[in-house]
Order: sequence, then structure tokens, then C-alpha cells
Amino acid sequence: MTDGCAAPAQTASLPATVDLANEAVIQGTVVRDGAPVAGAYARLLDATGEFTGEVVTGDEGIFRFFAAPGDWTVRVLAPGGVSTDSNVVAATGEIASLEVAI
Amino acid sequence: MGRSDVLVDAGWVEDHLNDPGLVLVEVDEDTSAYDKGHIRGAVKIDWKNELQDPVRRDFVDKTGFEQLLSGKGIASDDLVILYGGNNNWFAAYAYWYFKLYGHDKVKLLDGGRKKWELESRELVTDVPTRPATTYQAKEQDTAIRAFRDEVVAAIGTKGLIDVRSPDEFIGKLLAPAHLPQEQAQRAGHVPTARNIPWSKAANDDGTFRSDEELRALYSEAGVDLSKPIIAYCRIGERSSHTWFALHELLGLSGVKNYDGSWTEYGSLVGVPIELGEAK
Repeated sequence: MTDGCAAPAQTASLPATVDLANEAVIQGTVVRDGAPVAGAYARLLDATGEFTGEVVTGDEGIFRFFAAPGDWTVRVLAPGGVSTDSNVVAATGEIASLEVAI
Repeated sequence: MGRSDVLVDAGWVEDHLNDPGLVLVEVDEDTSAYDKGHIRGAVKIDWKNELQDPVRRDFVDKTGFEQLLSGKGIASDDLVILYGGNNNWFAAYAYWYFKLYGHDKVKLLDGGRKKWELESRELVTDVPTRPATTYQAKEQDTAIRAFRDEVVAAIGTKGLIDVRSPDEFIGKLLAPAHLPQEQAQRAGHVPTARNIPWSKAANDDGTFRSDEELRALYSEAGVDLSKPIIAYCRIGERSSHTWFALHELLGLSGVKNYDGSWTEYGSLVGVPIELGEAK
């Protein structure tokens, strides 16, 4: 069976099967008035603005990407026409964290 | 064939939800989204557990597809409207799959689940009950399905479109960035393939770009639209999205989806692989 394309659950702790030493993780929380926003869309764009991946935030408002080292942009879409860009730098073996207020 | 023959928008779906002979189908790999809320009346199809053979790497056979759709209460002449998450990747895959088994009346909801959610349209948790049917499928139409030997033979002769992200194409990543990267096969792409990520065919809200934009996109990337074309990605769902853009929206004939895609090609012994930018 081929592994599929569904993102792992977007929770605060990394899935147990992931070895952080080999991953450049970008992780963040979408908040509105300080409260986490579930069901927002987080799109990862590379340094040229090219789309690389997209996840939907879970109940804790969390999104996570397994990227490569370098510069990235996270674009958050939410109902009401919200579209917010945040720049982030990823490095192997680290979790680059950010909070996106909408 | 026009765009309205293959795509519907959210407003149309709201107006036609209760039409007899119309079945809404949400297709995903992770069906927990459906369980939390779906468009009223929609049934679900699980991409992994229902469309793939549980033992061999292949699709369920004709009989299996007939049993699946009969059990879902879908008739051979029903109009099936497909939608799903991941920018309709799996819905586009299911569209291609329905066409493969000869289902004529099938359309995609433009923008899929994302646009529906971003517009705060109604989602319900009631699961509909549909009486079973006796669904009749046709033999697979392999005019739209490419196998590995055709891909190797297409190097330098047919159009090859690799619709993965640029980092997957050049060999920097083995999977989309929302997935962990541990995988066994080699990275890179099929020589002579052009890299036109599926996402370039879609807007941020998941809807397809216009025919003019699509035509310009592929032409400017060096794809000869008058030649046969094979699209591939990692496991064949993102390339279904591009197959839909080329074959259904632009109406090009001779476009195939290679569902084996990189997880097959990148594991074959002895086939040519190219790394880095397209040459």
C-alpha cells in the first residue's frame, strides 16, 4: 500500500514516527483575539512564492510542515476573505515556530 | 465540451442538492473531515480503503467498483458531483477513476471543500441513506491511464508533465511538505519532463484557473499541446488534477494520467532519472 497524502493530525506534539533530526519543521498556531482558530487553511510557499503544501488547522489552531532548510512563507486563509502572509526560516533538526493572528 | 459540462460552482450545488438523479460524493483519504461535516446529502468515498485494491498496488477491479457504487446507492446514469479536501486532489482522482470505468455523467465542484468552507456554507453531520443499486461499470478506458513502460518510452517523444512541487522535482524533497520525508525510493524526475506544479492550475481558493490562463501556463512552460501528454506526480492524485485541466477543461485528447507516478518510477531498477532543474 502506497502511503497517501493526508496530512498527519495537526497537533502540538510531533507524530511519534517522525525523527526531528532529519526534518526542518515549520509549526505555528492561528489565533483570533488570542483564541486558537480551527479550520483555517495554511499554505506553505517557497522562496519564489511557489505553492509547496497546505494543511487545515486542527482544534488547537495548529499547522505543521516538513520543509527543507531555507526561507518560506506561510499564507493563512480563513472565512471572511482573510489572507495573511508570514515569513519564516526553517533549519534541519529544528522547529521554526510562529503565531499568526487573523 | 465546455467548462460547465465538467465543473459546477457552489451556488449551483446549493440550488440542485435535492435534484433526483444527482449524487454528491465527498472523496478524501482522511474521511474524518466528512464525519465532522459535509454538504447535505453527500455520501463519502474513502480514497485509500475503497478505491485501492487491499493487497496488490492497483485499483479495485470492475466488479469491485460495481459493488462499491451499488452499495453507495449510485446508479450508472446518476449525475455524480465530486468534491473533497486537498484542493480537490482526491476528488479529481475520483473523477478520473469514474471516467476510467466509463461513468459519463460526473462533474467536479470547483474549489472543492475548501472554497465551500471559506464561504461559510452549510455543512451537516447527517449521513444520508440511499437504497442500493445495481451499478454497471465498463471495462477500464486505458486511453486515459498510462503505465510505466509508456512513461519510459515517452522520454524525449511525448509531453511529460511532472506536477509535483519544484523541490520534489529537483530531488530536494521526496514528498509534499505537509508530510514527513522518510521514504525509500530515489529522488528526481523523468528526463525531459517539464515541471508545472498542479498548484499553478489553481487559484488560492482551490478553483481552476481560466482556460486562457491554463493554455498559457502549459505552452509557456514548453509543453506542445498538440502532442500526446502524460502527467504524473507522486501517487497520481495531483496529476489527476492536471489531467482534468488538460483533458476536461482544455479538451485535449491524448492526455493520460500515470497513477504509478514517482513512487513507482523512482523505485524502478535501471530507468533514467534526472536531478536538478529541467534540461
